[in-house]
Amino acid sequence: MGEFKVHRVRFFEYMPTAIRAMSFNAHTERLALARVDGSVEVFNFADRYFQEKVIPGKDAHSIEALCWVGGRLFSAGLHGEITEYDLENLRPKYSLEAYGGPIWTIISNPQGTHVAIGCEDGTVKLFEVLAEGVQFERNLDRQKGRIISLSWHPSGTRIAAGMMDMIRVFDVLTGHAIQRLLVDRSVGGCKSRETVVWTVVFLSDHTIFSSDSAGKVQVWDGHTGTLVKTHQLTKWDVLALSVSKDESSVVAGTSEGTVVQFQFIAPNLQQQEKEWVRTRTFKNHTHDVRALVEIGTAIVSGGMDTQLVVRPLLEKFEEKCFASGLRRIHFPHRNLVSCAQKARLLLLQFPGQLELWRLGESDGHGKPGDILPLKTKPEKLLYLKRKGKDHICCSALSSCGGWLAYSTVSSVRLYRLQTDNNISITKVPKLPKVLRSAHQLCFSSESSYLFAASSQSSVLVISLNQSECKYVHTLKPKSGSRQPIHLMTTSVDGKWLATANSDCEVHVYNLQKLELHCMVPMYSSCPSAMGIHPTTNNLTMVHADQQIFEFSIAEKQYTVWSRKLQMQGLHNLWLNRDTPVTHVTFNPKNPDQILLHDMYMFCIIDQSLPLPDQKTQFYNQMTLRSLSEQERPSHLHAFKVCKSFQDLMCMRLLDDQSLVVVERPLMAINSQLPAPVRQKKFAT
Amino acid sequence: MVEHTGIRVVHRGGSKINFREPVITSDSRFLLCGSGESVKVYSTSTEECVHDLQGHTDLVTGVVLNPSNHLQAYSCSADGTVRLWDFTDGILIKTFIIRYHIFSIHVSEKHVGVLFVVVPMANEKGSELFQLVAVHLPRSGDPEVEVGELSAVLCDVSPNPGAVSFGTGGEYIAAAKGLQLEVFFFKKQKSYRFSLKSGMNKGINNSFTCISCHPKEDCIATGHADGKIRLWRNFNQKKEYTYSTLHWHHNAVNTLRFTPEGTNLLSGGIESVLVQWRYTQENQKDFLPRLGAAITHIAVSPDGSLFCTSHADNKITIILSSVKVSAIIQGLVKDDCVRTDLMIDPRSKALVLNGKPGHLQFYSLHRDKQLYNLDIVQQEYIHEQGVDQFQVVKAAFDTHGDWLATVEERRQKSSELEINLKLWSYDEQTQSFVLNTTVTAPHEDQITAMCFSPSPETTLLVTTSLDGHFKAWLLADHSDTEESASWSCDFVGGYHLLKPGCCCFSADGSLLAFGFQEVVTVWSPTSWELLTTLSQPPGAVRDLCFGRLSCSKYLLGTSTKNQLCCWNLLTCSLEWNTPMDVSLLQADPFSENMAAFCSQSGSTDLFVFKPSEPRPLFSKKALCTGKVERAIFAPRDQMLESSEEYSQWLNRSQLYFLTQHMDLMTFSTKTEEDRLLASSKQLMVDDSVAITPFYLLLGRHKQQQQEKQELLTNPLAERTPLPQGSIAIKELLDTPAHVLPSASFLCSMFVRSLLVSSSSASCQDAMLTWGMLLPG
Repeated sequence: MGEFKVHRVRFFEYMPTAIRAMSFNAHTERLALARVDGSVEVFNFADRYFQEKVIPGKDAHSIEALCWVGGRLFSAGLHGEITEYDLENLRPKYSLEAYGGPIWTIISNPQGTHVAIGCEDGTVKLFEVLAEGVQFERNLDRQKGRIISLSWHPSGTRIAAGMMDMIRVFDVLTGHAIQRLLVDRSVGGCKSRETVVWTVVFLSDHTIFSSDSAGKVQVWDGHTGTLVKTHQLTKWDVLALSVSKDESSVVAGTSEGTVVQFQFIAPNLQQQEKEWVRTRTFKNHTHDVRALVEIGTAIVSGGMDTQLVVRPLLEKFEEKCFASGLRRIHFPHRNLVSCAQKARLLLLQFPGQLELWRLGESDGHGKPGDILPLKTKPEKLLYLKRKGKDHICCSALSSCGGWLAYSTVSSVRLYRLQTDNNISITKVPKLPKVLRSAHQLCFSSESSYLFAASSQSSVLVISLNQSECKYVHTLKPKSGSRQPIHLMTTSVDGKWLATANSDCEVHVYNLQKLELHCMVPMYSSCPSAMGIHPTTNNLTMVHADQQIFEFSIAEKQYTVWSRKLQMQGLHNLWLNRDTPVTHVTFNPKNPDQILLHDMYMFCIIDQSLPLPDQKTQFYNQMTLRSLSEQERPSHLHAFKVCKSFQDLMCMRLLDDQSLVVVERPLMAINSQLPAPVRQKKFAT
Repeated sequence: MVEHTGIRVVHRGGSKINFREPVITSDSRFLLCGSGESVKVYSTSTEECVHDLQGHTDLVTGVVLNPSNHLQAYSCSADGTVRLWDFTDGILIKTFIIRYHIFSIHVSEKHVGVLFVVVPMANEKGSELFQLVAVHLPRSGDPEVEVGELSAVLCDVSPNPGAVSFGTGGEYIAAAKGLQLEVFFFKKQKSYRFSLKSGMNKGINNSFTCISCHPKEDCIATGHADGKIRLWRNFNQKKEYTYSTLHWHHNAVNTLRFTPEGTNLLSGGIESVLVQWRYTQENQKDFLPRLGAAITHIAVSPDGSLFCTSHADNKITIILSSVKVSAIIQGLVKDDCVRTDLMIDPRSKALVLNGKPGHLQFYSLHRDKQLYNLDIVQQEYIHEQGVDQFQVVKAAFDTHGDWLATVEERRQKSSELEINLKLWSYDEQTQSFVLNTTVTAPHEDQITAMCFSPSPETTLLVTTSLDGHFKAWLLADHSDTEESASWSCDFVGGYHLLKPGCCCFSADGSLLAFGFQEVVTVWSPTSWELLTTLSQPPGAVRDLCFGRLSCSKYLLGTSTKNQLCCWNLLTCSLEWNTPMDVSLLQADPFSENMAAFCSQSGSTDLFVFKPSEPRPLFSKKALCTGKVERAIFAPRDQMLESSEEYSQWLNRSQLYFLTQHMDLMTFSTKTEEDRLLASSKQLMVDDSVAITPFYLLLGRHKQQQQEKQELLTNPLAERTPLPQGSIAIKELLDTPAHVLPSASFLCSMFVRSLLVSSSSASCQDAMLTWGMLLPG
């Protein structure tokens, strides 16, 4: 496998923020997720839960609720505005002041013609969804007290609204409240404290589910306005409810981190009469479950502990497959760390700032597994706060360490860096006008060009030199895709640039001719990482479904090795791994080796060795260690997996053949979370 | 040697009453439970045993009420029969012969005339697989019916009866085994299997332990070894089944039961807490804590007014539906081992042995009832594993039952042994033993044997210990001072630094024999003189026993190297010896007989012999598996008049022994069984009241008055003869005078009984007894 000197970096204090709201679009199988910092993430559930898009947040712009209307995504928050997102340019399209004070919830009707919002001033406002935006239509009867939650009856004629201490049912046509359901205050707790109805769910048979701050889930008859059943789930809040599409199951998420399922079951098997029964309890969170979606085959939950959990319902699966396993998504599926291989610098990207670190040095030698003494300690060189309200969406560092660039949705900033003796940073004053924002930034290997991914999958080429920077050209794909680019890589010789966008297209541009060289044949899954080989100029792509392709740029076709790999198929253990590969790099000393990593492992693929088939032992490092030198070659195969580093954010190979591994232990993230609600544990 | 078929080894007295789930009758007045080879009927209000339904010839493995007649009950047994009883009168109605070893029985109201029993898959004793079969009961008038038709319902079920349950109205039957739940629908003739993922790799044992079906709704509750309870619903399909989980128990759920209306679910486990869950409101639960020992079974009366729980310490607790304990039926407490010998209390004739930790229990074998517990250690017992606590290891009574000596010891890891010798005197006023003397550290090492001198003049106790000494303890009389008499050490002796293993007094108390490893020494307890030594190496002496009555010149000893020796004390020479691995030698205190238990190739043989005769009186091969280490001759309350030679040794006393599995077994002869059968045919009095002679007289008097009133109100009613008149008078004669009612009352009653008596024979009989009564 080879030996490397490893910089085990743990100073990246990346801290994801809590999940606040979720909305699932069953038609496109996309899950939109809003975090507390106002960022919105879109996951493709048809493509192994791949995080397709990230829309960065904005200061003082929190999101309370999300909703899909067709393929359009709307959000609303306590700032009192409705926001529609431009999913092609990864930015808010427009924001509309609703004039009702803070907005607690937004919901679309099943027909997709209207959205309703619940406001602090007690009004439910209906907005008509038009092609170019939303337009205020009318208010329903104004109530005393805020509207916390809303649910539209599937017919679209009724709306249930959860308020303080009560639930109101409105007739949408007349706008009048027709039912008033009073919710009890908590039994043991303080009677004077109002009960907040956190969520309501209106089913087609006019059953209303409500969950409240007294820890109850209540079932109501919407026709008569009577309470059918109370389920006391917890002493704390029940914050989220979600109903399955066939209305046979309702899930509720509590502050204790549990998700409780209710099912519509006949108590006597011979009879048709059914009732709602509390059944299973899932505990996958340590903190409040704030957002919950049932997607038919799984329950997706997220909350204060920042992870997204996909808990499959095993009875919906005939056999074991990728979707039948429990998935936890902790880290973004993209790189937050850039590395200057020559200058031994690391650029760490946070939503609000950038940090530049110089790696430590050691001249010690030792056995594998030893900790070497440090000659110089890692050093934080720079703390660069972003300007403006918008969060940083991407950043880049040139490999020589001389240039630094970052982008928000509104601006791009480029800096000249000096890190040799005295550190200095100077902003490059005049950037070309076309460079307003970028989805991805990338420097060429000699730091002579900056590439910025722009709208409609185009790439802006900007030449850099000491005195000025100049707009050169815009590279445009022929496919006319409007989706944003999420991956960009250049070849070491400076000749090629490869881009990948959310439409799963991979384009290769010739930088000398500044034109499109070719497009890699389309594959159904989105590329999650790619890299161009320094000597052979082969493009290696790893997709979200864990398939690996190698494409020869010169010959414009897949290489022999790639074909062989596809013929033989990858090992099941490789295909069923949990997280996507987030980076591909190569070993310049050994051109046969491809290095890649995901969250739980890093792997060296040695193209000179035979490929494993389904029967071979895939994780064979321990076995190899126990074998003698003579027996070893017969057991070798191309995939060499190392799991000694966990919770990997980034892995790079420096020019001096040492490896940089950036870890962010989940324990460290958990320790920074606020304390969970107190729970009585047995024997404590 | 001759084998005798007329004598059987039976469970009688002190058997487990917690072996299988008890049954409460539909009027909640009686509780039925299998106890050894009989079914006992207890009154739920007075805790008294009302009937002992005898008839099975092996362990009773299940009792259920007859679903079509609530006054009858079925019982199944390992002897391969199912018997139908009228439990109010204690009459065997029918016997169904199935010829398989039956492990449990289940019935349902929907399946009339069908019993469901669990039998081994292959008809072998050692079979590990069990099946549930339906038994179609033939309609026939005979008291003994052979059942031919068996049809298998479920294969591979657990032999634990708690793991099988009928669902709503008998529509389906659910059985759990290991990690799998199987539900069989009778209508569709289809079964569904649901299995749980093994949690073994996470260190969780989530296998099924018990099951109970909701009586009204289609919901199955299952208990698991990790303490969880799962409520299964929607189980009529393979995929879309669902369950919810309740968790309170921290250890395995032993038993689960829904109440008849299905409003509550009861569960119990090792925590000895009865938990009552509200169905559909599962976070509301009631607890009944401190029930004393792990709950093994829960039963609920058909009207839901009573619950009862069986416990691991052989106890049944009857609980009102308001979750309050109302009665406790206590059987013989059997720990995993008995450290003390079995003894007979000379006063109460009760069997005495270890009971609850740190206690001695007094158990009446004749009434099959625990009399009381005597707290020996007098320290709080801590229910936790791995804590070393004082244990009673030895106990002895003197001949009259005035004194009781006990030894308790505690050996803590890496610390020295703590021993206490306690002497208890019997207090006539409180009718119990009172602590007289405590000797801390009577010896430096474990006490191996202890016995009282049987001579009437002195109260002398001898203890032997592994420290190489024996000590004699005397009751010192401090009549001159204020203090009452207390015990003190009188003599310390030894023999060549050898370790004494056993000691024995001769029947008159004039000789005392010690076994010092290979050497038997005989001492005179009056002068503490070493009279003689006897030796028959090789092998250390294990047991010593003096002969009695006509054989009192013999001393018998057993050694570890398979020797049974008999020395003649007059000639001080070996009379005879035989090579036998005798694990226990026990002398009958009422005759010359000796019982020797010999372990041979994994099982135990019994020989009963007289030391003077070369031929054994009785022998039984392969009595039970394993070694017998505790046995006792208990006196009979009524002598048997058996004339057959082989059973004469059982005439005066009864031999009880404890098997390796802590079952108390005894021998029963044919005459004895005949007598029992005859007594079970007797007609019974009102069951809720204890049968005392006083009651027999007064209660009958009341009945007669009632009948008389009925006659007055209904002149057409026929006058019924009173066939029990003479029996009543017999009882009257047997009864001590101080419990009899006044003579004037007796007189009038007797005259009345003469008036109603119909047969002249009984009249004459009565006349005779009357004549006897008058002088007294």
